[in-house]
Amino acid sequence: MTSLPETATARKLGLVIDLDICVGCHACAVNCKEWNTGGHSAPLTDWNAYSGTESSDGDDAGAWGVWFNRVHTYEVGDGAEGRTVHFPRSCLHCETPACVTVCPTGASYKREEDGIVLVNADLCIGCKLCSWACPYGAREYDHADGVMKKCTLCIDRIYNENLEEVDRVPACVSTCPAGARHFGDLGDPGSAVSQLVAERGGYDLMPEMGYKPVNKYLPPRPQKKTCGATGAPSRLEQLAAEAADAVPGGAPQTTGGKFLAWVDAVLSR
Amino acid sequence: MHPAASVIFFTTASGAGYGLLFLLGLAGAAGLVPASLAFGLVGFTVALGLITAGLMASTFHLGHPERAWRALSQWRSSWLSREGVAAVATYLPAGLFALGWVVFGTAGGVWGLFGLLASLGAVATVLCTGMIYASLPTIRQWRHPLTVPGYLAIGLYTGALLMALLTAAFGGSVQIFLWLAVVAGIGVAALKLAYWQSIDSGAPAATAESATGLGRLGRVRLLEAPTTSQNFVMREMGYRVARKHAHKLRAIAGAVGVAAPVVLLLIGAVAGEDADVVPLFLAALAGSAGAVVERWLFFAEATHVVTTYYGAEAA
Repeated sequence: MTSLPETATARKLGLVIDLDICVGCHACAVNCKEWNTGGHSAPLTDWNAYSGTESSDGDDAGAWGVWFNRVHTYEVGDGAEGRTVHFPRSCLHCETPACVTVCPTGASYKREEDGIVLVNADLCIGCKLCSWACPYGAREYDHADGVMKKCTLCIDRIYNENLEEVDRVPACVSTCPAGARHFGDLGDPGSAVSQLVAERGGYDLMPEMGYKPVNKYLPPRPQKKTCGATGAPSRLEQLAAEAADAVPGGAPQTTGGKFLAWVDAVLSR
Repeated sequence: MHPAASVIFFTTASGAGYGLLFLLGLAGAAGLVPASLAFGLVGFTVALGLITAGLMASTFHLGHPERAWRALSQWRSSWLSREGVAAVATYLPAGLFALGWVVFGTAGGVWGLFGLLASLGAVATVLCTGMIYASLPTIRQWRHPLTVPGYLAIGLYTGALLMALLTAAFGGSVQIFLWLAVVAGIGVAALKLAYWQSIDSGAPAATAESATGLGRLGRVRLLEAPTTSQNFVMREMGYRVARKHAHKLRAIAGAVGVAAPVVLLLIGAVAGEDADVVPLFLAALAGSAGAVVERWLFFAEATHVVTTYYGAEAA
């Protein structure tokens, strides 16, 4: 049934992505691909996977395939205010997603129990209308299977009792080496993810679309323009001059004391 | 948006078919055309043929055409499903109306009622087609108050061109349908001009700044795309026609789709009730070609907000 659950789901499982921490390594996207090409929506087909042609004009010569997670890198701001922001983008498991309601067959649905948005591949006719309705580019069509595929929030991991409890998180979260991705229940104000969102001012992408995304993004922290007061001199020349004054012969004073300074002086001969 | 040939053919062919069915229903019930075997046979073959060919074509772009029947199930929420239901439901009164006309030689009475129901079904189906596009907030050029009127007006116009041709060939009030086509054509031109002017000056639905939420930090530019090659989203949603080509194609759509047919219709009008079929045939042909160009532009000029993640400044 492509009508949405009548009341907002109590549990809202989703991701919180920290744009301050993400280093743009694409590990989340790669591990997502690796898990999901053998998971619920398997396979995530690739075409011309070993193509040497990196085509940009849209023909079929280049390598391309189905991915649920894509990492964009943006340059934000100008001049001294400029910075690089890495931006992972996947399904936001919206509370009122039009990708579900436009589906003519009932293949797209939103789960009442946890709010996860899924596609039933046995019902999908491959009309692609859901991908048109998604503002976030979360749905990718698999030409080989003739059906639409999307992030499942690793539904085959998070409830998988064959995995250690610590591993029952989406593949992207488990693999992030920087700790930029968090998974949890955003419907529970007391959950760690909800508190993180409250603390850091987590925000929705394109709220004006009215889809009410569950996933939240944490904004990059303000840039540091001044250094802290460590007592260190601010000029290197000043430091060098002081060092030259302190040691006869001009050898720099090392932290190891006079003995090491003597060793240094002997070896430098 | 990528202009898929199957969808362009479907919406223009079925639009003209439903336009003709709409007029056959009204004209038959009102007795404006003779309920003759020839008129009925050709009229319904063309109308239902265009509708059916269009519906068949629309299944060509599906990944699983054999499951197309499932699309009738979600009419509570989906305009695409509603379109399917309306299209299938319209066959019933249209078939009965055609039966009365072709077999029993009458389009009046209870058969006329079926005709009016078929007309209603034709309007409902084209309305649903328009709403599929008009209901998507992701594409500002489609979520526009003139999208649905555009689909209805072009359906009526191309249907009227066919009806004028049929009445010239098989008898009936050719002048009524000829002038209806002229008025509808001018209406379509005015509507599309207003639409094009509106989308050219409309505010974007999203910018790179709003899509990423990073506008608070300054201007946002794509530094590295997620892939070195194309992906589904870029191919399907990223198609954009060059502005100068779009303007040229708009002029072609206007000249071929409206100006030429109107001139040909006026040539037909001069001849009165003995209007020759040749100019009216050419008018229908040109009008249909113009509708195809218009529909291609409807897709090609549509910008999807997701492109702002892939380097577009605004959409």
